[in-house]
Amino acid sequence: MWLDPSNPQLNKNGELHHLLSLEGLPAAILRQILDTAQSFVGVTQREVKKVPLLRGKAVFNLFFEPSTRTRTTFEIAAKRLSADVINLAINISSQTKGETVLDTVANLSAMQADMFIVRHASSGAPYLIAKHVAPEIHVINAGDGRHAHPTQGLLDVFTIRHYKRDFSNLRVAIVGDILHSRVARSHIHALAILGVPEIRVIGPKTLLPTNVEGLGVHVYHDMRQGLKDVDVVMMLRLQNERMQGALLASAQEFFKYYGLTEEKLALAKPDAIVLHPGPMNRGVEIDSNVADGKQSVILPQVTFGIAIRMAVMSILGGN
Amino acid sequence: MKIHIKGGRLIDPKHGVDAARDVYITAGRVVGIGELPNGWSANRTIDATGMVVCPGLVDLAARLREPGFEYKATLDSEMEAAVAGGVTSLACPPDTDPPLDEPGLVEMLKYRTKSLNGARVYPIGALTERLQGKRLTEMAELRDAGCVAFSQADAPFADNQVLFLALQYASTFGFAVWLRALDQALGRNGVAHDGQVATRLGLPAIPVCAETAALSIILLLARETGARVHLARISSAEGVDMIRRAKADGIKVTCDVAVHHAHLSEMDIGYFDPNCRVMPPFRSQRDRTALRLGLADGTIDALCSDHTPVDDDAKQLPFGEAEPGVTGLELLLPLSLKWAAESDLPLSTAISRITCDAARVLGIDAGHLAVGSAADVCIFDPERHWRVEPAALKSQGKNTPYLGYEMVGRVCYTLIDGQVVFEPANTRRHANGDAARRV
Repeated sequence: MWLDPSNPQLNKNGELHHLLSLEGLPAAILRQILDTAQSFVGVTQREVKKVPLLRGKAVFNLFFEPSTRTRTTFEIAAKRLSADVINLAINISSQTKGETVLDTVANLSAMQADMFIVRHASSGAPYLIAKHVAPEIHVINAGDGRHAHPTQGLLDVFTIRHYKRDFSNLRVAIVGDILHSRVARSHIHALAILGVPEIRVIGPKTLLPTNVEGLGVHVYHDMRQGLKDVDVVMMLRLQNERMQGALLASAQEFFKYYGLTEEKLALAKPDAIVLHPGPMNRGVEIDSNVADGKQSVILPQVTFGIAIRMAVMSILGGN
Repeated sequence: MKIHIKGGRLIDPKHGVDAARDVYITAGRVVGIGELPNGWSANRTIDATGMVVCPGLVDLAARLREPGFEYKATLDSEMEAAVAGGVTSLACPPDTDPPLDEPGLVEMLKYRTKSLNGARVYPIGALTERLQGKRLTEMAELRDAGCVAFSQADAPFADNQVLFLALQYASTFGFAVWLRALDQALGRNGVAHDGQVATRLGLPAIPVCAETAALSIILLLARETGARVHLARISSAEGVDMIRRAKADGIKVTCDVAVHHAHLSEMDIGYFDPNCRVMPPFRSQRDRTALRLGLADGTIDALCSDHTPVDDDAKQLPFGEAEPGVTGLELLLPLSLKWAAESDLPLSTAISRITCDAARVLGIDAGHLAVGSAADVCIFDPERHWRVEPAALKSQGKNTPYLGYEMVGRVCYTLIDGQVVFEPANTRRHANGDAARRV
């Protein structure tokens, strides 16, 4: 399988071979994934929630960083495609014995892996792995450092499409810790590729990366201004460790200025939806009334996450 | 041994020579340029027709990795790389393990490199014990052992008072202090330039102010103490401006830039290429342009290789975990030539920045060719194309973003003290491959 050097996730025919980032992917590929996921939503609601698309294939969950939710949804998705799933929490095994990432991958490749789902604390780790695996093996990025979390980005745009139908007239706000968020970067790329005309990021300067405008977004430091007339509010998780450095003064102050409350949400369009990639810090980035309110689509996001991951794996590994 | 270098284009920027001149060498010294000395006959003639004959290159920063990092490179392998790159004098930073903080270590390094019959090695001594940034080393003793300047490498000072005292103490003896302008706290955990690419790739960033804030303090303290300061590896447009102003204000400061920084920018990281992980990081295209202009107008005194051989295991890691550094001894010449060609500058300007200008920074008598001077000579074919492949590099480190790239300009002969230490095994020019040997 010869890959296009200009985009290491596409093969010479322009088809998806690895899913490493949403950046640079053609809109047609994103739509293909969303449409395929749509067909799997029905599967997940059947009594027998299984299709044989990956029967006989071995999917390795390579999690070099702890995760419960993402790993579980990948596992469920792979099993619903009839794949054999092997979960490896590398952070507590071979890596602590000094084995390198590439040695780990080489060993697992020798066990006839077909697909690696990779989560790693360092940005770019899935690219390194994709560069060194055998050509028939596929790599899916399940979150690398601050860089990308493409399946989360896809499931969020899938959720948006489910409720809003059309991307071409949307105003979307992403709120919180953009600097450290791989999810936010994937959101921005996905929304831009699918034609959302106005993407806003909202946060204090300490949580926004340099020249974030270069990603094609509008920057707001005032949440009330940023939420005005938006159709979609995408909240980000705020890690507790951010509170201890000099990035923020306190959880209380963050919540006061950047936490999503009913009062702030009222500035958005009346039919605006609220997303959150989870796990939520209630009372830090989002108020419970909003999280559990009628505009929240946080639980459907989780359900759609399985369909999206089934779609990506079936497109990459299915025959 | 009497050597006649015949038919070459002699470029000696220090003496303003750029003309067809033969060079005559006897017993390690240049005995004639252009004019055949009376009664002189050669034991050996090197045909340099179509080639440039210039002073041996002087490299301000080449890590030889010994002692302590022999798995990355050895003195033997890097001496071979140096002469293959036309480098006849090089300064090595003190960041070995243990660091060069004791006279015995320096003497051992000098002794071992001399026995290898390679480039002349000028150790830069550690400014503080174990490079811990707390207690000053015995600089005068280290100078007597062979150190030509003192540096903290990339290690931080405990505080600015240590830096202040180090500059004061060094200036007592007139020693030069080589510093990297990097505020460790502002650059903490950073692996890439704080710009568009780091934002896109989600890489922890090092802002330009990490360089300029440190520069401000260094320049203030240099003015206060009167110390001679050399700023190693400047990377930003603002940094170049600050140095330009400092020089105009009469502060005793020189600076260099790594030759790869004159060509590459943050954009070259591409899809997380660990070979583009360097310190300081490749900055914006605007910064790169400023570096090139600073080199052209002399604000930046010299180009260096910042040679850092790194083993594959330390590079085949995710970008942020990969060890910084690129191999460069053999690319110093072609990349310098490329900079001059792209900047519409004469060949002699490129050669100046890697010979006499670098020698002036180092404070050594090298980097020029005159009757009576040591016969350290580099003879290269300025038209020769070659491809950067692992097998084409003598250095044990193959870590360069230029792997697979074509270079123009290849060293054909290197002489040190009138001895041919590198020459082609196959004298056929423009041959495929690049068979050459060290003698």
